[in-house]
Amino acid sequence: MSVLQIENLSLAIHGARILRHISLSIGPGEIHGLIGESGSGKSMTALAVMQLLPEGAEASGAVSLAGQSVVTLRDADMCTLRGATVGMVFQEPMTALNPLLNIGQQVAEVIALHDNLSRSKAFVRAAEVLERCELPRDQFPLTRYPHELSGGQRQRVVIAMAIAMKPKLLIADEPTTALDVTTQAEILKLIKRLADEDEMAVLLITHDLAVVTGLADDISIMRNGEIVEQGKGAMLHRTMTHPYTKALFSASGHQPERAQAGQDRALLSVENVTCSYALPRKTLLQVPERFIAVNDVSFELHQGESLGLVGESGCGKSTLTRAILGLEPLQSGTVRLDGAEMTGTADDLALRRKMQVVFQDPYSSFNPRHKVDRLIAEPFHLLGRTARMDEIDEALVSVGLSPTDKEKYIHEFSGGQRQRIAIARALIIRPELIILDEAVTALDVSIRAQILDLLADLSEQFSLSYLFISHDLSVVRRVTDRVLVMRAGRIVETGETEQVFTNPQNPYTRKLIAAVPQLSDA
Amino acid sequence: MRNLILGFALTALFLIGAALSFLWTPYDHTVLEVTNKLKPPTLAHPFGTDQLGRDILSMIMVGARTSIAVAIVAVGIGIGLGVPLGLAAAASRGSWIDEVIMRGNDLIFAFPSLLIAIMITAVFGPSAVNAIIAIGIFNIPVFARVTRGAALSIWQQDYILAARVAGKGTMRISVEHILPNIANLLIVQGTIQFSLGILAEAALSYVGLGAQPPVPSWGRMLADSQTLFMIAPHITLFPGCAIVLTVLGLNLAGDGLRDLLDPRIRRAGL
Amino acid sequence: MLRYIVTRTGSLCLSLLVASVVIFALIEVVPGDPVAFMLGLNAQPDTVAALREELGLNASVLERYFSWVFGLLQGDLGTSYTYRSPVSEIVAERLVISLPLAAYALALTILIAFPAGILPAAYRGRAADVAVMGGTQLGVAIPNFWFAMIMVMIFAINLRWFSAGGFPGWEAGFFPAMKALTLPAIALALPQASILARVMRSALLDTLGSDYIRTARAKGLTKGQALRRHALRNALIPVLTILGLQFSFLLAGAIIIENVFFLPGLGRLIFQAISQRDLIVVESVVMLLVFAVIFVNFIVDLAYAWVDPRLRVQT
Repeated sequence: MSVLQIENLSLAIHGARILRHISLSIGPGEIHGLIGESGSGKSMTALAVMQLLPEGAEASGAVSLAGQSVVTLRDADMCTLRGATVGMVFQEPMTALNPLLNIGQQVAEVIALHDNLSRSKAFVRAAEVLERCELPRDQFPLTRYPHELSGGQRQRVVIAMAIAMKPKLLIADEPTTALDVTTQAEILKLIKRLADEDEMAVLLITHDLAVVTGLADDISIMRNGEIVEQGKGAMLHRTMTHPYTKALFSASGHQPERAQAGQDRALLSVENVTCSYALPRKTLLQVPERFIAVNDVSFELHQGESLGLVGESGCGKSTLTRAILGLEPLQSGTVRLDGAEMTGTADDLALRRKMQVVFQDPYSSFNPRHKVDRLIAEPFHLLGRTARMDEIDEALVSVGLSPTDKEKYIHEFSGGQRQRIAIARALIIRPELIILDEAVTALDVSIRAQILDLLADLSEQFSLSYLFISHDLSVVRRVTDRVLVMRAGRIVETGETEQVFTNPQNPYTRKLIAAVPQLSDA
Repeated sequence: MRNLILGFALTALFLIGAALSFLWTPYDHTVLEVTNKLKPPTLAHPFGTDQLGRDILSMIMVGARTSIAVAIVAVGIGIGLGVPLGLAAAASRGSWIDEVIMRGNDLIFAFPSLLIAIMITAVFGPSAVNAIIAIGIFNIPVFARVTRGAALSIWQQDYILAARVAGKGTMRISVEHILPNIANLLIVQGTIQFSLGILAEAALSYVGLGAQPPVPSWGRMLADSQTLFMIAPHITLFPGCAIVLTVLGLNLAGDGLRDLLDPRIRRAGL
Repeated sequence: MLRYIVTRTGSLCLSLLVASVVIFALIEVVPGDPVAFMLGLNAQPDTVAALREELGLNASVLERYFSWVFGLLQGDLGTSYTYRSPVSEIVAERLVISLPLAAYALALTILIAFPAGILPAAYRGRAADVAVMGGTQLGVAIPNFWFAMIMVMIFAINLRWFSAGGFPGWEAGFFPAMKALTLPAIALALPQASILARVMRSALLDTLGSDYIRTARAKGLTKGQALRRHALRNALIPVLTILGLQFSFLLAGAIIIENVFFLPGLGRLIFQAISQRDLIVVESVVMLLVFAVIFVNFIVDLAYAWVDPRLRVQT
């Protein structure tokens, strides 16, 4: 008998159709991957199972959990199922825990609630559960507070709360999206292990095909509130028939056509750059210690080249980016652009026009009060003049938008369009180097593929060089000529991209590459 | 939305009454008619007359001018000094400038308007200007805090980084990018401080630290009524209702504006 | 934790120091000779000289500032010119009214505001929410002294449940004294409670929308349990901030309300001192009130650390 059986589930929120005729079933010990891009309705499906839908939601169809129908259940009865029969893990480990209670209290709460145990017994059990989730008691006593833990450790606490009662079903909604790639691999392994040990069914929701293909027994692909394709995990790429599934698969592994690497002339040279922050003082009179974010980093980026910079969060790549852009003071070292040294003074303005940047978040990259023409003309400040109309039109056309778009405000555009506008802003003063700071990370795979194609075209058309900064190794592998691997403020490995990926020399690079989930290609 | 309309209607009533009083009032509020004192509301005097026989409706209309003048100038002081300070604190977040501005703010919060007014009055004697200064000083940290808090979150946005990459300086970014994006918040806070200013002015005039005779003010009308309201309740009721309805109108308008302009804004100051 | 207390204490002392300088400087800028100011224009030269001597005005500004501050530290608030007795004694007589009044009003504020904030948040959009929010909207708009007058009209004059003003003294017994303070305390508390209830509601709604409440619900807690165990304590942080600020409004409000009810507290003292130009009393009482406000905010800072473990580690 299946643990979770969804039949013909439809859902509307305040009249808007969110889900249409969803059906799926998961048996004991099975992992079911539910895949879709943002807004496809995958999280709502999970909340419908939990009966934690937002107000104004109306569901029809049947959802049964371990044989019990939940759609018509009273909230009081549902509360006895939540946490006991079904547990849930959420995307954001940083905010999923109550900041004011320690981890012991939070894990013990779910045990005490469902088992009617005394406080001390619940705490003993909590310690055992945390141990199962690889948070050993000697390193992570129950009295730790969430803010004392890293993102991955917090996610283990959330998992511990979800599996404490050995539920029959675990729902994991994007459990690793906010985590680094090595942490992601560990968390996925943990979920897999717990599913095997407890014969627990898992509904694993993600936008990332690669995360589930190696892990899931069954896969459902969702789009616009419907399941468009279902199949066996390892076989799906062979059995798939729906065009959207095919598009999703091809976009996930999309390889833009790129011209070969450029000349030998060094466009950007970073020489022995060190950046550090003052840490808060420990005592009033002591000189504050400094945290070295970037430690003696040197590299060169050649004209026409696409250079990748990869590393996990906190490795110093953001600080390095800001240092190159002249937004961060250097403790030592120099940054040269086209042979001239950046001095950190107003003289740099002439130099800085050779370099522009595209940021990660298309939603915070633009002043919502300005129209597009003013937004993309901002870099002309470096040239000391205003933009001509034809320059604005040309920039918009070259990123695939229309000149009429310049009269619009930014909220009228989708995420992918906004990223095109960000590229137009970077392009408009004809720089030689564009720094792409996680520029495609926030985009859905299909949009991401389009933007990568656009970048490849523009590189050729305007002979641009790219510094491509990302934590996503699979994208970096597909779009760069050379790659730098950064860890704890230092560059630990440099080389031709294919060379580094196929034959990594540094042990950290090896671990990093091994952790990257692969689309199973059989 | 219903609140917003009601709020605007009450606010408009109050503004129109004040504006109209420059051109016309039912009676001359300076003319005393002692034979006609403490008359309850009649057709001739819809709000009745006070202990000196003056028409209360006329007094309320003229008194509204005092309330508006004091509250507007006080809000102006708060915005004029508080907003630049808040912008400067946010622009230099974490530095000693930020620290000095914020500690200074905390310090002013320890001096409620009334205490400032008491000190100024003790030294310079009572006047409406005291009320303006006292309320205005207290508005500075309110606006500085609101501005700093909102500006800090805008400084985190990528478009600020983009502006810095375009070589723009702190001042220019504050004016060009920060200020327009916190303007909504400042309008809402301004409405709230305006209503609080009217309450504070009434309180100061009531205890004799605000507007002095013969300038009519709602607070002083209430103070004058204090010994007489047992025999003539209307002389207390009407000025009091004028204050309540005006403040209520401004608050409703502020809340409505906040919901309309930006649902994320929270009522920050007091 | 210790470091947090030490820095907070340091900032407390610094605030008090700056406040004392500000108050002292303001009184110093009195145009002309303060003694002539206090005695009026027709004062005899020898009276002026005698008072100057008595007040120690012949010393330098710095000397006078330090002797004032050291006096304050030893509980010596100077000598009132008009009352001819130590200010500390006069203040002590008045404090036995003003302090219980402020505490009574603070207690009422909390007792009213917490249920009035929690109820609408728990039943958002329902009748209870609309009613309580409408009531608080009105409560925020009513001047406390006018509210006091209306209450006198209803409860003292028409219903005769309370006396219209005055204070029988604590000698008359605890309950008669508290009864005399009840209307003033309600007048003070209701507007502040309205503000606090609104803050409480919006803070609760904020926390109820946060991810950890969803986590709590996924653990099997009911809405009520999630609210009690997880949302309330988190919502307490903004509520504490406002409560700290409100204490200064309660103190200031008390000064006015004492006037309405003819209570011989600090408020009455300060207005008498102003009309008699007794600057020593004004200076010392203002400093005392400012000290109270700063000290309460210091307590609030410590309360944060009790509520929020993130502050306990170090900042």
